[in-house]
Amino acid sequence: MNLKRTAVAAAVLSAVVLSGCSSTTGSEGSDAAACTPADGKVELSFTSWIPGIEDAVDVWNKANPDIQVAVQTGPNGNSGTYQNFFNQLKAGNAPDLGQIEYDALPNFRVQNGLMDLGACEDVMASKDKFVDWTWGQVSLGESDSVYAIPQDSGPMAMFYRADLFEQNGIAIPTTWDEYKEAAKKVRATGSYITNFSQGDINQFAGFVWQAGGSWFQNDGTDWTVDLTDDASKKVADYWQELIDEDLVSTVPAWTTEWDNAYNTGAAWTWNSAVWGANSIASGAPDTAGKWSVAQAPQWKSGDKAAGNWGGSSTAVFTGSEHPYEAAKFALWLNTSEEALTMLNESANIYPATKDGLNLPILKQGVEFYGNQPIYDVFADASAEVAEDFAWGPTMTQTYNDVSDGFKSAVSGDGTLFDALKKGQSATVDALKAQSIPVKE
Amino acid sequence: MSAILSSPANGSPDSNQASDAAPTSRIRRGGRGQAGGGHGHQGPAGSDTTRARGPRESPLSRAGALIVMLVFTLYFLIPIWWLFIASTKSAPQFGNTPALWFADFNLFENIGQLIAYRDGVYLKWMLNSVLYAGLGALLGTLFAAMCGYALAKYRFPGRDAIFNVVLGGVLVPATALALPLFLIFSQVGLTNTFWSVFLPSLVSPFGVYLTRIFAASSVPDELLEASRLDGAGEIRTFFTISVRLMFPALVTVFLFQFVAIWNNFFLPLIMLRDETLFPVTLGLYAWNSQVNQIPELRLYVLVGAFLSIIPLVITFLLLQRFWRSGLGAGSVK
Repeated sequence: MNLKRTAVAAAVLSAVVLSGCSSTTGSEGSDAAACTPADGKVELSFTSWIPGIEDAVDVWNKANPDIQVAVQTGPNGNSGTYQNFFNQLKAGNAPDLGQIEYDALPNFRVQNGLMDLGACEDVMASKDKFVDWTWGQVSLGESDSVYAIPQDSGPMAMFYRADLFEQNGIAIPTTWDEYKEAAKKVRATGSYITNFSQGDINQFAGFVWQAGGSWFQNDGTDWTVDLTDDASKKVADYWQELIDEDLVSTVPAWTTEWDNAYNTGAAWTWNSAVWGANSIASGAPDTAGKWSVAQAPQWKSGDKAAGNWGGSSTAVFTGSEHPYEAAKFALWLNTSEEALTMLNESANIYPATKDGLNLPILKQGVEFYGNQPIYDVFADASAEVAEDFAWGPTMTQTYNDVSDGFKSAVSGDGTLFDALKKGQSATVDALKAQSIPVKE
Repeated sequence: MSAILSSPANGSPDSNQASDAAPTSRIRRGGRGQAGGGHGHQGPAGSDTTRARGPRESPLSRAGALIVMLVFTLYFLIPIWWLFIASTKSAPQFGNTPALWFADFNLFENIGQLIAYRDGVYLKWMLNSVLYAGLGALLGTLFAAMCGYALAKYRFPGRDAIFNVVLGGVLVPATALALPLFLIFSQVGLTNTFWSVFLPSLVSPFGVYLTRIFAASSVPDELLEASRLDGAGEIRTFFTISVRLMFPALVTVFLFQFVAIWNNFFLPLIMLRDETLFPVTLGLYAWNSQVNQIPELRLYVLVGAFLSIIPLVITFLLLQRFWRSGLGAGSVK
């Protein structure tokens, strides 16, 4: 895998160089394109990586003979599909529609890869259907523009071993202070309250999001990078203490070792996104029925704030000849109950619409969680995610730099906050290197 | 998982080097004309007599050599063993049973599930891989053989310049060419087609190099002259005489090319969007990229990776006979 990763990284690098040159020339993508229906039959191409999405597309194709969508699936975004999008945009043969995660949208935006759907009345009229913060993720802070249709979301909550907390008489923590106290008691039993995953910077970003931070801002021309704001410092210092006092384990996430920690009860909680429900169920099969889900611990008692981890959107690429039809399809795919139910069944896609959070399929109790209707917790969390967290245009680089620092911090070399400081300066340098205007 | 997916890719450069040594040693022997094309001595017989005549190794160095070989054998086989064991387990058992020994034997159920998943797209990927690698290696070998033969046996202006350019091509990694190829194929509208992966696979600079060296030493000029005198055309001479003399080298080129195309991951990744055109490596990679969020896929990736090495193993077992006689041909005389 290393070889491949290097290869992918090399390609990413080369595309950055290529597109860095081209970003100054083509600007047609940034203007709001006319959004008018075409005459006659329209054929659209759509690239996604959700297994089973073709079933939902089939439903659309049957109902809309004049707008036929051909969907193609491949590896997920960061595993090559984004790179392909950039290559295809450069070669002028990008699909009409593509799946893009929220944290990658600014990158496509600064390369003029995204069609502004602000001129599409249907799209703007649908704004209120979506959970407020998801709209912020796709409008990139601009009021009259929107660059993609929100598809799914990853509101965060706390998965915990209800049985172990009860047997040991430890109260379920509702604040981060209580979480730390509970961590000490859990440690006294020989286990860890959770695992701080060194490589998974997205989880940390979710914590910062919950604490009210925002790593990036864009005022229309200039970018501001703020990986070291007060919220980020608070979160970094908090986890640094837990690591220093040996209250959390630090095995790399998504490994067998990590699964095993949960499966054997060596780790008791996981602060994760809604899609994590399946990760536990498959990684820790011996613990079926023993887990529950609660609201994420808060920084202040009585607060209601949640972070978000993951989520993607459906974007229309610059160069599409049929933005009207493409937007119409993207809206249907991400708002209709039928499509959302199918996507949830085939790939655990958790909707980004307000109505979608109340799909019948999301109201049922889940057997692995002792029949708790866990998605109610996430529906509440979704409403509590702050609206103004924004991503930067070079997230791959930012993630790499920060997670390198996290890995050193976990092994005792420097602190988490040092890693953020390093990520901050590296990100500013990266933006400058791509001639993206940045405030310091 | 990662070890398996990358090990064949790592393997081919290694074996490149290993077999590089053989042709070069042949050149040093200066085998022009009289090489005799590997008909005289058989490999094993030859080495037996050598050993009887040569100095005897001490038991200690034999044991040392055996231990080194044993360690390397284990090093290469353990990942495959792990993969085999993992493919026999049910999904829940994967994480909580010993990684290198059996739990319940579910291999056939797992294969059934894999094949049923998404209307058998896995079988389609395997078929694609066989087509890309099988046809690509066959035609690629033919072209390389013609090219190498021409460079070795015909005198024409620019011959050395062409050969040097081809040699330079050996040094350019295929990965570096993928993006330019994509842009070129985009211009002619061939991306996301069978041809976008197949056509670049036909080119094998290393094959040209190897066949040229081999043709120079194993196809005697006298034989060609004789066939010309007998009235055979150049093309007939090539296919009826030269190809047979070069056969061991062609098998080597075919194997290299087959493995290289089978494991070529980056070019399909860049070129293809349509899942039904994917080779098996790319398909498994696509699934593997989503294991975090769709954990069911892990089982399919494991079983799929295990099944995908079987055609490679079969090809090697069938062809290694030729390969060995090819590399050993004429080396003990």
